[in-house]
Amino acid sequence: MAVVFDKPHALIDVPLHYCPGCTHGIIHRLVAEVIDELGIEGKTIGIAPVGCSVMAYNYFNCDMIEAAHGRAPAVATGVKRADPENHIVFTYQGDGDLASIGMAETVHAAARNENITVIFINNAIYGMTGGQMAPTSLPGQVTQTSPYGRDTKHCGFPIKVCEMLSELEGPEYLERVTVNSVKNIRTAKKAIKKAFQNQIDGKGFSLVEVISSCPTNWGMTPQAALKWIDDKMIPYYPLGVYKDRSAEKEAE
Amino acid sequence: MADKVLMKGNEAIAEAAIIAGCRHYFGYPITPQTEVAAYMAKKMPKIGGCFLQAESEIAAINMVYGVSSAGKRVMTSSSSPGISLKGEGLSYLAGSDLPALVVNVQRGGPGLGGIQPSQSDYFQATRGGGHGDYHMIVLAPASVQEMAELTVKGFDLADKYRMTSMILADGTMGQMMEPVSLDFDIKPAPEKPWATTGTKLEREHNIVNSLSLVPEELEMLNIKRYERYKIVEESETMYEEYMVDDADIVIAAFGIAARVSKNAVNEARKQGIKAGLIRPITLWPFPKAPFEKAVEHANAFISVELSMGQMIEDVKLATSCKVPVTLCNRVGGMIPSPEQVLKSIIEVNNGGVK
Amino acid sequence: MSTKQFLFSGFGGQGILFAGKFLAYKGLIENKQVSWLPSYGPEMRGGTASCSVIVSDEPVGSPIVSNPDMLIAMNLPSLDRYEDAVVPGGVIFADSTLIERKVKRDDVTVYYIPATRLASENGTPTLANMIIVGKILKVLGEFSDEAVRAALGKVVSAKHADMLEVNLNAMKLGADYE
Repeated sequence: MAVVFDKPHALIDVPLHYCPGCTHGIIHRLVAEVIDELGIEGKTIGIAPVGCSVMAYNYFNCDMIEAAHGRAPAVATGVKRADPENHIVFTYQGDGDLASIGMAETVHAAARNENITVIFINNAIYGMTGGQMAPTSLPGQVTQTSPYGRDTKHCGFPIKVCEMLSELEGPEYLERVTVNSVKNIRTAKKAIKKAFQNQIDGKGFSLVEVISSCPTNWGMTPQAALKWIDDKMIPYYPLGVYKDRSAEKEAE
Repeated sequence: MADKVLMKGNEAIAEAAIIAGCRHYFGYPITPQTEVAAYMAKKMPKIGGCFLQAESEIAAINMVYGVSSAGKRVMTSSSSPGISLKGEGLSYLAGSDLPALVVNVQRGGPGLGGIQPSQSDYFQATRGGGHGDYHMIVLAPASVQEMAELTVKGFDLADKYRMTSMILADGTMGQMMEPVSLDFDIKPAPEKPWATTGTKLEREHNIVNSLSLVPEELEMLNIKRYERYKIVEESETMYEEYMVDDADIVIAAFGIAARVSKNAVNEARKQGIKAGLIRPITLWPFPKAPFEKAVEHANAFISVELSMGQMIEDVKLATSCKVPVTLCNRVGGMIPSPEQVLKSIIEVNNGGVK
Repeated sequence: MSTKQFLFSGFGGQGILFAGKFLAYKGLIENKQVSWLPSYGPEMRGGTASCSVIVSDEPVGSPIVSNPDMLIAMNLPSLDRYEDAVVPGGVIFADSTLIERKVKRDDVTVYYIPATRLASENGTPTLANMIIVGKILKVLGEFSDEAVRAALGKVVSAKHADMLEVNLNAMKLGADYE
């Protein structure tokens, strides 16, 4: 019988620990498909710091490093520079990790145009620790540590990472995507593939922000969560390409 | 033997690291270790190496973590406040059993403290510095020659035991110049089959990791790690003895304090007082054996330190408190003079201090 | 004497550290044990700079010179600060252009050298330090063109090779000054 659907080779055939309805599974798959399609599994080293995806080392078939909270871009810098010709390096980071505790590492890796690929999961909440306010939690969003809704007068505004990084001279490519529909998933995969291809081509820092859902900590059904992305997240975090230096150059 | 050259201690560390095959250095500016970074910035690009000024001490130690994961020799250097920031990374390096060389050219603390020499990070270095049960191999040079030698040794030990080696120097050692011979017997780094260098689709994937959520497993990991530490304790302890054999009064001192103390011992001997000196070169593992031997004939020990008294605890443990151990110290960037140490020796000899 | 301890002190910019380095290198070339320890930190620019140099036949113990055999004071604050520290029977070299007062002690030998003025008259205003070093070597009976050239070769970078003779001449000025 012909196999019409299979796990990508870059994913190990084990059950994921993620909650039902969580989009991590989709994004893992997209990253793995891209690794397969580009034929780079044997030279890829993935870095997953603290967060829900900390155990991604159990899922990806390539070499994996677990890193301290927020430090993945620094670790990736080390791995990449250890052998720039032969290492393809990606980080897989959540919003608390990338935009709060690890903001300095994020900004400076981007400013250096470090030739790495960053997969940034923005679900507007700290998932692993049980649903606390994240640097990307929306104004008014109820979380465990903003039980009356995020009060911007008290704790400020969410950080729009792609917009912020796009002001830097350094980074090569910044795009925001989501995975709440088949169409959006296709776009997301294209973006992720480009982010890896850029690294192969030596173009530099490429970050794909994936707007994701967290039904468990948002307190919603998986379907309601996907709809909430459309209704609440995307209006605040518009999808699209925020920087694409090579394309800009070609256009000139 | 190759010609000796005059070098600053900090530069000797940098050059020795390069000789030892280190091609990756990450750091952040801080006095009084800046010459290490400056030297690397100049040299690395010329030899195909990588010098990168990181955005923070935290980033620097994590870049070290990355290169080490990829199986290459790598180092960072800093001074006391910067080492505190690296504490997290030091714990992760230990938890992931990664080799690295970290240099601490100490300055006075706590807090921002001062920039003058100090030894007040002894506890931080020998007891860990970061969270969790772990050790680093702590090497305490007392000359510029040793700054170089222990750097080479540090890389070897780090690779051999998959641990962090820390050079625990101080501002004096970093800034002073002495003749150095850089004629080293360099051993090739061991194979690192655990390194994350890409599977090449030829092996199972490697994982560098310090997370272990099953208590039974994490317990075993800790126990196994300590079995390795025990081998280090049994086989890698280093120290120097000076006139200890017949000594009534034995000084314990490392680094610059040992240099000062040697002068005092010589002067005491001239005055007919049988003084001696034990200089630990490895602070962890602490050289217990010479103290256990000396306590059989010595009447008293004096710990000479540039701290409020940190190593003195190890001296008391190593001598099982069989005889009095007193402290002779200066802090905050001050250094005890040979006269001060001599005065301590004389007081202890007269039974004036208990 | 098997061990000589020097303390150089003056303003930052007077070449205090360089002068000390020269003596250390000279010792190294002559197979002595040497150490050189600078003061370091923000006070180095415009403030006081000092360095300890030890040249010995035996391994150097403490590299810190608190009681010098020879004090080189290139400004008044340095003389004020270190005059009393010199060992009895020791030597003080004072730049008398910048230090107007006399040394108070009578148990030390003092050489007053108007080094800053001599350097300026010589057209090498930055070499007052080496003029004094010339005098030190003369007093020690160690001045010889060969020895000086060899040591200068170590401290003057190849880029500034022309400075070697200029330094040597400055040192001769100091050595010949009575």
